Amino acid sequence: MRVYVNGEPREINQPLTLAELVAELDLPPARIAIELNRAVVRRNDWSATTLNDEDRIEIVHFVGGGES
Amino acid sequence: MSRAITEKVSGAASAGESLIIAGRAFSSRLIIGTGKYRSFDEMRAAHAASGAEMVTVAVRRVPLDRSSESFLDHLDPALQILPNTAGCYTAEDAIRTARLAREALETDLVKLEVIGDQATLFPDNEQTLEAARVLVKEGFAVLPYFNDDLIMAKKLLDAGCAAIMPLAAPIGSGLGVQNPANLRIMREQLPDATIIVDAGVGTASDAAIAMELGADGVLMNTAIAEAVDPAKMGTAMKLAIEAGRLAYLAGRMPKRLYASASSPLQGVVK
Repeated sequence: MRVYVNGEPREINQPLTLAELVAELDLPPARIAIELNRAVVRRNDWSATTLNDEDRIEIVHFVGGGES
Repeated sequence: MSRAITEKVSGAASAGESLIIAGRAFSSRLIIGTGKYRSFDEMRAAHAASGAEMVTVAVRRVPLDRSSESFLDHLDPALQILPNTAGCYTAEDAIRTARLAREALETDLVKLEVIGDQATLFPDNEQTLEAARVLVKEGFAVLPYFNDDLIMAKKLLDAGCAAIMPLAAPIGSGLGVQNPANLRIMREQLPDATIIVDAGVGTASDAAIAMELGADGVLMNTAIAEAVDPAKMGTAMKLAIEAGRLAYLAGRMPKRLYASASSPLQGVVK
């Protein structure tokens, strides 16, 4: 199946949770946040959230910036 | 200056006179950004010199092609982080961004920005108000960037915003306060509102003017980050904000068109 992570297509061959996706992407889990199909998924729910075909995932962090 | 007067003046600028935002007290009335610095060291030095206790950061997609360190690790851990919705052009995107920021940082503070136009970065007041209403209902302490308009200010306060952030001039322009009358009217008409002038400050006198007009604080980024010496400008801004605040509290003399002698008119040697 295919999911989209930050707009990029990604093929997944076996069931995958959000927690596993974060580990696979080698992201530091602290101070990032995840949206699944435009709704925030709380950190505590990452390991219980399994991805489905055509899911759209946004993973964000913080960058330097003041105003737009 | 006598010791008693010195103590009174320094006391007014420090602990007894905090800036309160959503129940949090800050002894500094300066909030600064984290963008455009030439290096992390330079940013940290400027932050420290400015005395600011709150800095704003932007939310962006993580790059997937490399393991990225957290930008937040480059900030003094003592700083209050104020996430912003910079770069959002619709209420919906700003709301999503605010929710993500809250999840990641576990803070209910958000600097709400909904931009209406790329050339000016002027806010879309209609979308800003819509987003503010939703976010306040969801428990956010909303600090919205908006045009320096009294009616919009009232609507944002009615919506429950914790503080309001009128612009002084376009973001990153460094033009300084373009419409002092609007800020003064806003202060007079909304004596209980927390007003933070946001955007457009270029140098220390601009910040002082904003404070003299009665602003409770100033938020800036480019004026410090793009200075030749950001740490020195950070210090200049800290002093300007304190000076402007004191001048506002002191109550300035009225402006007169003609001279008014300070010395007695009688007894001049003839």
